[in-house]
Amino acid sequence: MKSFTIGGIHPPEFKQTSTVPIIQARLPRTAIVLLNQHLGKPAIPVVKKGDAVKAGQLIAEADGVVSATIHAPVSGIIKTIEPIPDATGYKHQAILIETSGDEWLDQINRSETLERDCLLNPGEIIKKIANAGIVGMGGAGFPAHVKLMPPEGKRATVLIVNAVECEPYLTADHRLMLEKSEEILVGLTILMKAIQVDKCIIGIEINKMDAIRRLQELAVSYPGITVQPLKVKYPQGGEKQLIEAVIHRQVPSGGLPVDVGAIVQNVATVYAVYEAVQKNKPLVERVITVTGNGIKKPGNFLVRIGTPMSYVLDMAGGLPIDAAKLISGGPMMGKPLTNLDIPVTKCTSGLLVFSHQNTSRKESFACIRCGKCIEVCPMGLEPYLFMTLTQHSEWDKLEKAHIMDCIECGCCTYSCPATRPLLDYLRIGKQTVGNLIHRQTNHSDHGQ
Amino acid sequence: MNLTLLAISALGGLALVLAVILYAAANTFKVSEDPRLDEVIEKLPGVNCGGCGFAGCRNFAEACLKQNRLDALFCPVGGNKTMSAVAAVLGIEAIQVEPAIAVLRCNGSCAVRPKVAVYDGASTCGIAALTSGNLTNCFWGCLGLGDCVSACPFNAIRMNPATSLPEIEEDACVSCGACVNACPNGLFEIRKKRSITGRIYVACMNKDKGAIAGKACFVACIGCGKCEKVCAYHAVILKDNLAYINDDTCTQCRKCAESCPTHAIHE
Amino acid sequence: MVNNFYVSLAPHIHSGDSIERKMYQVLLALVPAFLVSLYVFGWGALTVTAISVSACVSFEYLIQKYLFRIKPTINDGSAIVTGVLLAFNLPSNLPFWIILIGALVAIGIAKQTFGGLGNNPFNPAIVARVFLLISFPVQMTSWPLPMQHGYVDAVTGATPLAVFKSHLGNLPDTCSMIIGTIGGSLGEVSAIALLAGGLFLLIRHIITWHIPVTILATVFLFTFLLGVVSPDTYYAVKSDNRLLSALSYSLFHLLSGGLLLGAFYMATDYVTSPMIKKGQLIYAIGIGIITVLIRVFGVYPEGMSFAIFIMNGFTPLINVYIKPKRFGEVRQ
Repeated sequence: MKSFTIGGIHPPEFKQTSTVPIIQARLPRTAIVLLNQHLGKPAIPVVKKGDAVKAGQLIAEADGVVSATIHAPVSGIIKTIEPIPDATGYKHQAILIETSGDEWLDQINRSETLERDCLLNPGEIIKKIANAGIVGMGGAGFPAHVKLMPPEGKRATVLIVNAVECEPYLTADHRLMLEKSEEILVGLTILMKAIQVDKCIIGIEINKMDAIRRLQELAVSYPGITVQPLKVKYPQGGEKQLIEAVIHRQVPSGGLPVDVGAIVQNVATVYAVYEAVQKNKPLVERVITVTGNGIKKPGNFLVRIGTPMSYVLDMAGGLPIDAAKLISGGPMMGKPLTNLDIPVTKCTSGLLVFSHQNTSRKESFACIRCGKCIEVCPMGLEPYLFMTLTQHSEWDKLEKAHIMDCIECGCCTYSCPATRPLLDYLRIGKQTVGNLIHRQTNHSDHGQ
Repeated sequence: MNLTLLAISALGGLALVLAVILYAAANTFKVSEDPRLDEVIEKLPGVNCGGCGFAGCRNFAEACLKQNRLDALFCPVGGNKTMSAVAAVLGIEAIQVEPAIAVLRCNGSCAVRPKVAVYDGASTCGIAALTSGNLTNCFWGCLGLGDCVSACPFNAIRMNPATSLPEIEEDACVSCGACVNACPNGLFEIRKKRSITGRIYVACMNKDKGAIAGKACFVACIGCGKCEKVCAYHAVILKDNLAYINDDTCTQCRKCAESCPTHAIHE
Repeated sequence: MVNNFYVSLAPHIHSGDSIERKMYQVLLALVPAFLVSLYVFGWGALTVTAISVSACVSFEYLIQKYLFRIKPTINDGSAIVTGVLLAFNLPSNLPFWIILIGALVAIGIAKQTFGGLGNNPFNPAIVARVFLLISFPVQMTSWPLPMQHGYVDAVTGATPLAVFKSHLGNLPDTCSMIIGTIGGSLGEVSAIALLAGGLFLLIRHIITWHIPVTILATVFLFTFLLGVVSPDTYYAVKSDNRLLSALSYSLFHLLSGGLLLGAFYMATDYVTSPMIKKGQLIYAIGIGIITVLIRVFGVYPEGMSFAIFIMNGFTPLINVYIKPKRFGEVRQ
């Protein structure tokens, strides 16, 4: 069974919602559309207070190359443009739309019929993807069109689809593959045309056998697309790990996937590409999984971007009495939320609710040098060393020890028997070293 | 030959040979240095805290000798006394600098700034700031986990367990600036020491609109501008819903502090 | 009004593993060896183990609470494990005051002075054992004979390794060596009990095969080589076939002394062994070679404790220079 080779853990899967079909969530009264839902510069608003907008209408432009456009998820009136706290707890600019009705722009095709043919050339396809504001929906939020245009001198030879969904609890991608299988395959042919490759591999973990079988059946009619079942192991869905598992090549340290000829896209992003290119529909809604301890009606919901978490939680039966922790995303890499007013963004993959005993951090002890963190690290690093170096502010040594290779997957902290907060210190070490490197490169640029 | 005599002469001879080698090495590999360097280093406190902006006391002494002027050079630990001594060694004039102290621009104790989340991650301010800005409804305020306490090389900061705010000890602080760098929210500022009642500053960094700031913390600066209006010396500037008192133009008349409706101005 | 939510960075789930869990599983693995020691050494075994464990735990509690004034960490079980392993290295007739000194050295000197669990460079039980061996050579080398169930009044005699060294007396048969009805320290006698415990640790993933298997393999290869090269000097059972006599020599070495106890329970101590698999192999090879050197060419009949002690000293160096295989390593 194919898999990545270094490290990894086997957390319990908890995929109870994998059999729950996607339910359309009701529209929120106010849509809170954050302008920084992607990596890169926040988008710049092109509307102002009082403007009437239709669903799918452009409301913010990309700021530069590494940025993305944002479209109105609902129809209504622009209420205000002001800073709103997002999942990080810090405030960022957001456009608030007061919903009225559900009117869409005329050119958006909202029918369910499958549109197979795409007559656009690669450049046109990429332009359409950029205009639709599509970003990596697996959680990172990297603007998709930038990924599809590799730097000078680098060419892609294979498109890899991340349909792994290795995080416990989350099943949104799984349901999408079962319910929109053919649309995803059409989306893949469009992407293959855009980056001019004739080979595409869909990586899926074997705990989703029904999705694997369905896609394998349908892929017969789509030349160049194969399905690769993968071992259930975390983080099988990490970009670098997935590439190694599927094509047996390791992305070099400090390099990009395109260095080994691969471009990776999340399966939800592929579906968004299909909708954008074939139906003229920009990215304004996505599927998220709502589950956890004490949730009465856990499931997968198709929500509009900007819906506050409280709305989605209500559809799942409301907040349990013993709720102690709210997580946006999965339990291994998700962000903790302080309240339910925070809106869904393009990168939100799930909402998890945990009770107190399932999540509160335990007392941490001295490192017993068991080496477990090293054993499980998928990047072959030494987390125990990073924590100590960060505590002593040894930034030079941290850089030499390759802290920037860390993918923040959380395997080390998950496995530590002394319950040390390894990833906490790792993150701050990475942030500081990253800032220092950035400052250094800027200085040397100016020096020239 | 007598064994004792043999032993003594052998060891003695060895010692003599080694002494000659050491003397020769000391002279051959001698690094010629300005003799004043050692004299200057002797006058410095020798703490190597970096408060002067240099890597250590030795580097600071070298800079003093190189520049041969003391305008931009000041050792905050030793203060004016040390700089006068250094100036005396170099034979130049020393510039008297007014003593300074670090102040915390936040009065948001647990009592006035309620927490809206329970933080149970690693106990450092840096990580708490990275985890969430929403631990209280003022995300500029003090996180109370003591990164400043650990950063201070002179043990001049102590965490008050009742208020969860750090307190700076008057006599121990030498304004080296370590706390300024350590605080992830940038709450420390070096201001003129004056007397304990002569330090007037806005103990708030909240840039939210007044209504939001006031709800997050009872002693926040709500940007009402009363202080700016009553100041006859134009020492108070209001920007981004936050007031700031200029240390150089302030005359400590206290009119601003009396006028502040939320008591955000520390005096 | 709902309570405030908890906020901390990901990951938000944990494997549930803890130091206590690991320590108590090690104790469980040592139970078979303890039962055999009760059978073979009777009251002596019980007394020595009880004194050692209670002394180690008490010393740790007293030192942490009253000397260092920190929260005592006796709940993590590491002091109990040290106590048991120390006892397993001692003869069953050791006077109680010597055991107390051993416990004090193990916990007080080898562990707590360096900062407690996780900071000690040398295995506390090994340090204590070597200390006692050098300080009280007579008491530490008068080994009760098997099936002597008294405490201080047990009749003593030579262990298999001592017989080997001095070429006086008869070697016990292989069966006794496997079951454990031979002379020696409490924990080292029964090969089968130790192997059973070792297998348990391997299955439960408390240890990996790298250290124990490599130590045994190194000892086997080294002794086999000696047996093949000079079959007249190095043999356990004489035979015309050079290979067979060498094999008997190797097997004897594997089953005797503290090799199995050391290989599975003491060399594998997390704190004092290297963290990376490649480093563990180097460490284990070193232990194997030094053990055989001391046993065959050295003065002492048993070299395992010294070998582990010496290689513990190399562990920090190994941890610094042997790095794990990185993902996407760019070869310069």
